[in-house]
Amino acid sequence: MAKRNASMSVAGLAVPVRIWAQRFAFLALLALAFALMLLSKAETGALQQARVLIVDGVAPVLSALSRPVEAGQEVSRSVKNFFIVHAENKRLRQENDRLLRWMQTARQLEVENATLRAQLEYVPESAPRAVTARVIADTGGAFYHSLLINAGARHFVQRGQAVVSQAGVVGRVAEVGDRSARVLLLTDLNSRIPAIVESTGDRVIVTGNNTNWPSVAYLASNSPVSVGDRVVTSGHGGVFPPGLPIGVVSEASESRIVLQPTVEIARLSEARILDYGVEGILPPPEQVPAVGAKVSTVGTTQ
Amino acid sequence: MNQTGLGAVGNLARRVVPGLTILFLVLLAHLHLPFSFYVEIAPALPLMGIYYWVVFRPDLMPRIMIFAIGLFQDALIGAPFGLSAMVYLLAHGFVLSQRRFLMGKPFWIFWSGFAIIAPVAGALTWVLASAFRGAFLPSDVVLASIVLTVIAFPAIAWLLLHSQRWLVGAAEPA
Repeated sequence: MAKRNASMSVAGLAVPVRIWAQRFAFLALLALAFALMLLSKAETGALQQARVLIVDGVAPVLSALSRPVEAGQEVSRSVKNFFIVHAENKRLRQENDRLLRWMQTARQLEVENATLRAQLEYVPESAPRAVTARVIADTGGAFYHSLLINAGARHFVQRGQAVVSQAGVVGRVAEVGDRSARVLLLTDLNSRIPAIVESTGDRVIVTGNNTNWPSVAYLASNSPVSVGDRVVTSGHGGVFPPGLPIGVVSEASESRIVLQPTVEIARLSEARILDYGVEGILPPPEQVPAVGAKVSTVGTTQ
Repeated sequence: MNQTGLGAVGNLARRVVPGLTILFLVLLAHLHLPFSFYVEIAPALPLMGIYYWVVFRPDLMPRIMIFAIGLFQDALIGAPFGLSAMVYLLAHGFVLSQRRFLMGKPFWIFWSGFAIIAPVAGALTWVLASAFRGAFLPSDVVLASIVLTVIAFPAIAWLLLHSQRWLVGAAEPA
């Protein structure tokens, strides 16, 4: 009888103990999550490494999942093109005529440029090495503006490199894994790009603000900047080469100047990562390509 | 392999389905879609998965799994580790406490429960992210995302309901 009572009291104790253990586990996990957030603020190498490893591991899955989306886009484009083929043909013929005239001008300028450079003994800048990569995920949202691309250290991508598209600046490489990289978009809160206003020559900093319209900082108050002016990279800071389009002034008031970026991120399916062989404003990359690593297969061009 | 072995493998597979569906929703939520502004106002798909499975199969949604899914999402989106994990853990705790009320009720009550959870989770994420980044992040897109999350919930719940019927089954009575 006494033995039975003892086993009953143990069973009676087991339930509250289990409830307390569950509550403790809940609080312990919350505390751990909070501690990890604080550690993330300190940007410890181990956490960054863990993030890169996780993203690298899941990159092939994201790449596979993004294929049907791209196929759908292609079908949609084909259907649209089918209906506008005649108008498009007419437009392209006109554009071709215009470009042929420009080509003539460009050839004349090329000859003139070469002559002047020869007279000045000018040392030309080397052409940047470029890697073209597919965008595999939009990892941003309202809180972070970034993209994942399917090129990493094995394709010689390094932290701090400039990322561009045909239309202009996209952002810069913020994290590099072996086969994937995270691109910090020019609209992110942490993005700062040295630039100049093309029409006035004013030096400014294009600052991201987590909206789709970055703002212009450090512009002289008497500068005659107006809506429609183009803003391009200045080349200062060593990340971006000079002259890349960033955006067009869409709002110019006393209090603020806002840009409409030339690149439409949502339509971006591929991006080019430029390597000018400069370290840039970011600290040295934590991951360098392994010696003897293969040359990029995602589309390396010169 | 004998019957018992096959049964054990099948049982294990059934147990991991809820976690896998939420991981899939995390990936799906961050696909690069060709719609302007979509990424900012994209619905919180993983939260829908967590809500659904915690109500219907809490036995397959241990806290440690919720924590791990949150960390995975943080790693993917470049957020500080622990941010999504904390929001999901709190959502898990709240839903678990209200589970008995939500069970067996009409769908609109189940949906209304989610319509309470989604804004709280969205607001908490906004507060934590703003505090972490040291600036008030845009709140209009967060509001739009919350509305879209609540509107899209029935579609995702329908998919999860069918995945439960085909792959997981109902919870055993306690």
